[in-house]
Formats: sequence, C-alpha cells, structure tokens
Amino acid sequence: MIEGPRHAGRRSSRLPFLVVGALVAAVAALALPASGLGVEGKSSQACQLSVFSWWTGGGEAAGLDRLIKIWNRTHSDCKFKNETVAGGAGTNAKAVLAKRLAAGNPPDSFQGHAGAELRDYIKAGQVEPVDFIYRQYGFAKVFPKSLINQIRYQGRLYSVPVNIHRANVLWYNPKVLREHRIAVPKTWAQFVAALKKAQDAGVIPLSMGEQWTAKHLLETVMIGALGPKGWAALWTPGSSARWSSKAVTNALNRYATLLEYTNSDAASLTWQDAGKLVADGEAAFNVMGDWQDGYFSGTKKGGNLALKPGTDYGWAPVPGTAGVYDWLSDSFTLPKSATHRQQAVQWLSFLGSKQAQDTFNPVKGSIPARKDANAKLYGPYLKWALKQWKTNALAGSLAHGVVAPNAWNADIDTALGLFLQTKSVSRLQTALVAAAKKNAK
Amino acid sequence: MTKIRRWGPGLLLVSPSIFLVAVFVYGLIGWNVKVSFSDWRQAQETSGFDTSAYAELFPADTGEVGEFAGAVVTGDQPESLSTDPAWIIDLHHALLFTLVFVLGALLMGAVLAFLLDKGVKGEGFFRAVYLFPMAVSFIAAGVVWRWLMNPAPGNRSTGFNLLFDKLGLDFLRNEWYLGTDWGAAALAIPAVWALSGYIMALYLAGFRGVPEELREAARMDGASEWRVYRHVVFPHLRPVTLSALIILGHISIKVFDLIVAIGGKQLITQTPAVYMWILIYDARDYAKGAAIATLLLVGISVLVVPYLLYTVRSERRV
Amino acid sequence: MSTASATVEPRVRRPRRRRATGAQVLKYAALLFAALVVLLPVYVLLVASFKTGAEAEPSRAWALPDVWSLDAWRQAWNGEQYGLLPFLENSFKLVIPATLISTFLGSLNGFVLSRWRFPGADLVFLFLLFGMFIPYQAVMIPLTQIFIDVDFPEGIPRLVFAHIVYGIPITTLIFRSYYATIPEDLIEAARMDRAGMLRTYWSVVLPVSAPAFVVTAIWQFTSIWNDFLFAVFIVDDPEQWPVTVALNNTTGSFVTPYNVQMAAALIASLPTLVVYILLGRYFMRGLMAGALKG
Repeated sequence: MIEGPRHAGRRSSRLPFLVVGALVAAVAALALPASGLGVEGKSSQACQLSVFSWWTGGGEAAGLDRLIKIWNRTHSDCKFKNETVAGGAGTNAKAVLAKRLAAGNPPDSFQGHAGAELRDYIKAGQVEPVDFIYRQYGFAKVFPKSLINQIRYQGRLYSVPVNIHRANVLWYNPKVLREHRIAVPKTWAQFVAALKKAQDAGVIPLSMGEQWTAKHLLETVMIGALGPKGWAALWTPGSSARWSSKAVTNALNRYATLLEYTNSDAASLTWQDAGKLVADGEAAFNVMGDWQDGYFSGTKKGGNLALKPGTDYGWAPVPGTAGVYDWLSDSFTLPKSATHRQQAVQWLSFLGSKQAQDTFNPVKGSIPARKDANAKLYGPYLKWALKQWKTNALAGSLAHGVVAPNAWNADIDTALGLFLQTKSVSRLQTALVAAAKKNAK
Repeated sequence: MTKIRRWGPGLLLVSPSIFLVAVFVYGLIGWNVKVSFSDWRQAQETSGFDTSAYAELFPADTGEVGEFAGAVVTGDQPESLSTDPAWIIDLHHALLFTLVFVLGALLMGAVLAFLLDKGVKGEGFFRAVYLFPMAVSFIAAGVVWRWLMNPAPGNRSTGFNLLFDKLGLDFLRNEWYLGTDWGAAALAIPAVWALSGYIMALYLAGFRGVPEELREAARMDGASEWRVYRHVVFPHLRPVTLSALIILGHISIKVFDLIVAIGGKQLITQTPAVYMWILIYDARDYAKGAAIATLLLVGISVLVVPYLLYTVRSERRV
Repeated sequence: MSTASATVEPRVRRPRRRRATGAQVLKYAALLFAALVVLLPVYVLLVASFKTGAEAEPSRAWALPDVWSLDAWRQAWNGEQYGLLPFLENSFKLVIPATLISTFLGSLNGFVLSRWRFPGADLVFLFLLFGMFIPYQAVMIPLTQIFIDVDFPEGIPRLVFAHIVYGIPITTLIFRSYYATIPEDLIEAARMDRAGMLRTYWSVVLPVSAPAFVVTAIWQFTSIWNDFLFAVFIVDDPEQWPVTVALNNTTGSFVTPYNVQMAAALIASLPTLVVYILLGRYFMRGLMAGALKG
C-alpha cells in the first residue's frame, strides 16, 4: 500500500497538460460527427429509402445488389440505403428492428418472413396493410391464390413476397447411393430402409446441424405424416386437441426414428457444415431448404462448393411429401410512420414486379412468388422447383415463420431442445400440446 | 473554512456521475422491475399488474422446492416439476459455467502470476501472450472454439479431439459442450482462455505489491521461500482475490456473445442471459425477460454486497 | 531475482543454486507450455485466414493451407461485402473520446471519493459501483428511448455517451483504490497551502496518476472497442457502425465465409493488441501501484 506514486516521478510536471490536451482533443473529435464533416447522416436533406434486412452475404446480398442498381437508376432522387445486420437467420437483425419499431424510428421497409412471423408487428400496430398495393398493381392475379390466402391475417395482407423457398427437399450424394446400391426413397418405409443401408455401409445416413435444422427436419416429417390439411389444422385457434392426437404421436415416433440415423455432433454444425458432409460423401442424405442448392452449386469465390447439379449432388422431395410444397417466403413490409412512405410503396410495388423477381431470384437461389417466372433464367434445381410450385399443394413452414408466430416457435424450440436430450416422445408431445394451448389463439 | 465549504465542491464534482447513474442504471432497473411485474407478455405493450412471469420461474408449491433445487444442480428435470424447463436447464448451465470459469481463471491466473513473480527472461513476451486473448472479440473467439471443441467421431475428428488422438492422449477425447452433464463446463474453457491473462496481471501486481522489506524480514527470521509466500505474500492477496472474484462473477452471469457464438440459441448451451434475449426479442415476452433480468440482478447483489461492505470496511482499517 | 535467495543463507548457496536452476527450468517449461496452449486458438485463426473459402472449414482446422491466399484478408479489409475499413474510422471516433472522457471522469470521482470525501461518500461509491452489474440486454429498448426523447445527437455521439455513463463504475473503482495509496501528508500539505479541491487535484494528485490512467484507459479501450451490443442497438445508421458490427456481419446471412470471418477477427483485434503491447509495461506498473488491489 505504500508504493503508490513511486513510479510516476519523472513525468509529474508534464502530465496535467498532457491529460488536458488529450481531453480537448477528445471533445473535439466528438464534435466532428455532429458538424457533419464527411458523414452523411440524417442531417442531409436528400431522400433515402432505408430498407432493413439480414441479407449480408452470398446470393442474397448479390440479388439485393441487383435490385438496388435497378432502383437507383429509376429513382435517382431517392437512393437506396441498405441497412443490414447479420447473425443467424436474423437473430440480431430482428432484435435491432424490434428496438427501432418500438422507438418509433422504423426503416422505410423491412424484410420478414411472410406469414405468422409478421403477426407480432401487425398486432403491435407497427405495419400497415398493403391490400391497396395488391389492388393497384394487380398482384392478386399474379400470385397464387393459395399463397395469398395463407399470408392473410384477419382478412388483410401485410407484406409483398419476393420469393419462395422450399423446405422439404432431400439432398443426396449420387455417388454414395450408387456405391452402396441405395435407391432414392419415395415413401417413409423406403426412407428408413435406405437409411439403414447407409448406416450398415458406414456412412452417416442423415446429416443434421444445430437445433433449428432439427426443427426443420421435424416439420417435413410431420407434413409427410399428417398431410397438408392435417398440418394446417395444427395451427388454427384451439388446436391443442389435434396436437394430442394419435396421428401426431405417430409422426413424432417417425421423427425419433430418423434422429437415430443422424450424426452425433449435429449441435456443433451449421446447416452448411451438415450439407458439406453430403457433398464430401461422408453422409448419404440431408434434409434442408433449397438454399442448400445455392451452397452446392454457387461460386467458390463466394465461399460455395461449385458442384454440378445432378452429378455431384441430387435432390428429391422428402420421402412422404411428394406433391407438397413446404414453403417459406422472404417478403417486405410497409412500416407505419415510415419516413418516405411514398417511396416505400413504390419499392413494394417494384418488388412484386416480374422484372424484380426474375432479377433477384436466379441469383438468390429461390423461385419467384409470381406465377409467371421466366424459367429459362433459372438453374436445374430451380427449374424443378418452379414446376413443382405450379402443381403442389402448399404447406407453410414452421421453422421459417409461416404457420406459427415467434412466441409459439420459442416454446416449440424449448420442447424440441429437451427432446434432443431426453428422446422422450411422450414428453415432447405433452410439451407441444401445452405450447399449442398457450399460443393457438 | 466551514465544514460544508470543505467538502461541498467534492459533492458537486461527483454529482453529474450520481445523476447519470441514477437515471441510466437505477432508472432502467426500476423500469425493468416494473415490466417484470406486468402483463406485457406479447408484442403490444400492456401495463396491468401481473406476477405470472415470476410464477413460471418458480416451483408451483413448497413440495416442489426440493425437486427444483435438485434439478438445477443436476440438470435432470423430473417430469413432475411445473417450472419452465428451459429456465432450470439455464440455471444448471449458469452454475456450472460460473464455477468452472471463476475457479479456472483464478487458478490459471494465480499460477501464471506465481511463476512470473520472481521475474523471468522474456517476461514482457509472456505477459503479452497471456493478455492477448482478451483483445480478441468473443464473436470471433467463439467460432474458433466451436471448431476446437468439435466432438465429431472417428475419421471426422477435428479440433482438440484430433490433437489428443495424435498425441496418444485419446482418453481425453470427449463431447465438449455437447455433453448434457458437463457441457457448460466446456463452455467455460474459452472464457478462461480469454480472462485468465487479466487475472494473472491482477495477481502479479498483488505479488509485487508486497513490500520486499516484509519478505526480507521473514527470510531473516529463517523462513523458507515457501513459508515466506504462505505467511507474508498470500495474506496480501485476499483483496486481489476478492476483486478478481467479483469481476469474473459479474462477467459470468452476463456473458452472452461467447455463448451465442459457440452454441447459438440452442437449448444445449443456453444460459439465463441467452434465454432473456430470446424472450425479449424473439418471443416478445417482455415481462418474463424482465423477470429473468431482475432475478439475475438479485443473484449478483448477493455476490456483490458482501464484497462492497468488505471493501468499504477494509478501507477504514487502512 | 535469484539474488534474493542467495543472500539469505550463503552456507548452502551451492545446493540451493542448483535447485534454483532446476526450478528455473521447470518454471520456463510451464510458462512455455501455457503460452503454447494459449496460442493454439490464435494459430487456428491465423491459418484459416490464409485459406481459400473451400478449405476453411471445421474439419481442416489444424491443417496448413494447401493454397496460401490473401483473398480473405483483402475481402476483410476493404472488400465490398465484408470490408472492415470504412468502419475502423467509426471505431476510433468512438473509442478515443469515450476512453479519454470516461477515464478522466473516473479520475475525478475516484479522487473525491477517496481523498476529498464528504459525508456519505462511501454510500455514493457503493451506489456508483452497483451500476457495474446491470444486465444490458434487458434495458436496451428503454435506453434507446431515452436518447430519442431528449433528441440526443444521433450515431456515434450516443454511443460515446453510453460508454461514458456505463464506464463510470469501473473507472471510479480503479482510481479510488489507486488514490487511496497516496500519502495523506501530500494532501494535507496542499490544504495547508490553502489549496482548494481542484488545485489539490491539479498539483498533487494528477501528476502522480499516470499508472492509473493507463490501467483504466487500457481496460476501457478494450471493452469499448470490442463492444457489440451497444453498438448495434444504439447506432441506427449502418455507415456509422463501429468495427464490431461489421465483424459480426461477416457471419453472413447465407454461407459463412470462415476465412474472411477469421481474417476480419484478426484485423479487428489488432488495435487492442497494439495497445497491450506498447502500454503493457505501464499496465504492469499501474497495477503494481495498487490500482486494482481493491
């Protein structure tokens, strides 16, 4: 305790002036941004369309860039302001967005999954209905009726879908299947048989990643077991009775069986790591949405694998879900009190146009929500998806915000997380019933 | 000079800080507590009085208290327990993480400081190396540690498991943070890596703050080097240990970036801080998120208040 | 420092020195081993940053790159999608004022609460210190609301202000325990000369504060530079985001380019590392002078 100031002697007389000098510099530096030197903040008068999304990388960012270029050409008086925050399917972005909306400082438009995920914003009165845009630009004719019906909330529409992704896709490695004489399964029974064959052959039968991919897998299994109508019925008000049905028990048992064929380190892998196992021949099958195709076939420069569709990898509907399109959609909204509301409306109408959707989607790796896509612009997988989209029955995705709002999803996450540890189907079902009771309103 | 003219300026000088802390800390804590006792459990803000958020976090009746405590310690949730299962698991993880992190960082820091105390060649190099992990953002460190703690079996082994295999130490292979019982302890390893350099610095200062005269005196009295440490140096380290404990403890309860960087928001690595985030920003259950924040604060206070009282009292003694 | 032990018992110098040398070897071995273990993750970071996209993945964590590439570094530095460069300026604009001001504020507070006390000074200290423990995630929404309500200048100024306020507890703590070691006579002497509070601070306390300033500044620099939560919540305009938000965005929304992410992490950690290395000596001196002994 006695050593205190022992070391400072030499600098003693200069120090006070150094400190004050530094302090003055600090305050000056602080004043600079406020004076507007070199930083174009809100102080500038120019109109800027601020659009918020979590598209920070890959085909999404590239697709968005293309749209921005077109927008800036046609709207040079109100340039696009790209506001993106990354972090696992919008974790951080959603939090930041929630904060901005709560503070009454919304972006002019923001990205969200079409469907129940937007319900929180709708109920909190933070987004406007956009039926008038649909009417004005005739979107009701170009978007599939079933799609529009599934994104209505209490009779009104709150977003414009830019694309459609498919969740129930089974990805496989053709070389692995050929080598071990495994046929691409179509039914549930064939699936289990194929998985068993793969396991006996010493490859990972079904590769899986962290918990949300387990939820993704669960929804495809349930859709396969219950069918699109049975699936839709689970999400209607008062549906907890359906959750306790034998049909659901059967579906959950199927799911438990599938999990036995997955890799033990799933929780430490991202969806792309799990996909790479199939691409590398370490695993036979993987269930993931069609962004997997973007990863498999995309350019190496973008961090993708640059594989040949059909040769190096193949796809099929998840066994049991042929004829069903487990869909999800990125869409944009019209926040209340948007600063540049007029431009935001123009942005939304632009997004619903053929030009925008056929520009964005081939690069992004999804198909347009519109019925009139120019199939020539799309790669082999997407051509297949387009064909399916024309004829399949629609089932909304759970893991990607179509059928259940955020709170319900969070409860399901807890139930599923517990299941992954305990493997108890009865507890899982009880928890899911409770979640439905709490959330199905 | 009258008394108030003596100390008045001091009070004045500190008053801006008092004001700022009153608003930005206590004001917000107050807001938080108020929300926790409300019915704001969905996106639209409501402000009726409601304790349902707390009810979900506590055992339903006195009979369950024992089961609750047991479940928190073991992480094995009995079917009969009515409390939110995620909360129990989070508490289990937080307890294990805190224990391993605090003890691990303390031990490693203390040992490193002990080794450096008498001065070694290249001390500057060693200090810089041990301090460097603190400079790396948790966001990035998390990804690296996720790779290192990868539990893939067989020929897909990577990270530390692969290293153990290559060194012939394959008995050390384990599931790391994916293990249900000890997973949270594995999560503490990156945290120990990041903070033990700073703890080392604390202890090193503590060691060197002991006046050499005291050590000499003890040696003159015939004490061996070890006894010098034990009876002269170590007692001086009590305040350092206490500071370190508080700093480590408060980081441990609030840690979020690191957990999410390694395990995302999965239940298998979830802690109360992560759950709080999920509740507030995903599920929009503001009351429950606020309740967890309040409970965390209460928990921290239990740790902190004794330290603060000790500090203040020991100042008086000096 | 083996002279210390050598002077005590010259009779047994030889056996003791031999034992001391053996102990020295063990000591070095332990220190080197610890350094190796600490640097293992850094090795993985480095090695991944020099790989191409396809090579940088978990299963090849230890392997040296087959193809050495600077592409990740280029992308992380000023690449269109992930470049950190534009944000580095924001970080410096944030960290330098925030660190300097919060350190100075802590110094004033620490001085008053330890050497120019008033009735209830200890209570005030406890009051300020408890501020260290508030869980930030829970209060981000009302915090940003306060900024909006008082129309505080947007962007970096708000962030600086937040860090100053939430830095008060730790900076006050450090300075207070440091100043407690100043001999009372020095303060008394100033009082004898009819010096007021500020004069005493300027002429007696400030000149001997260098170590504490350095200790506090280093702690604040690290915390503020690496902070993500405040930055992403308080600053709306992406052009004003500090480097940590950009670093987080390298996670990508689609595929994570691990090599770019790790190169970005290393770039982002460099300023803090430089601060540690250059000021590490002063850091030790600052601590030795009792700054954080509590």
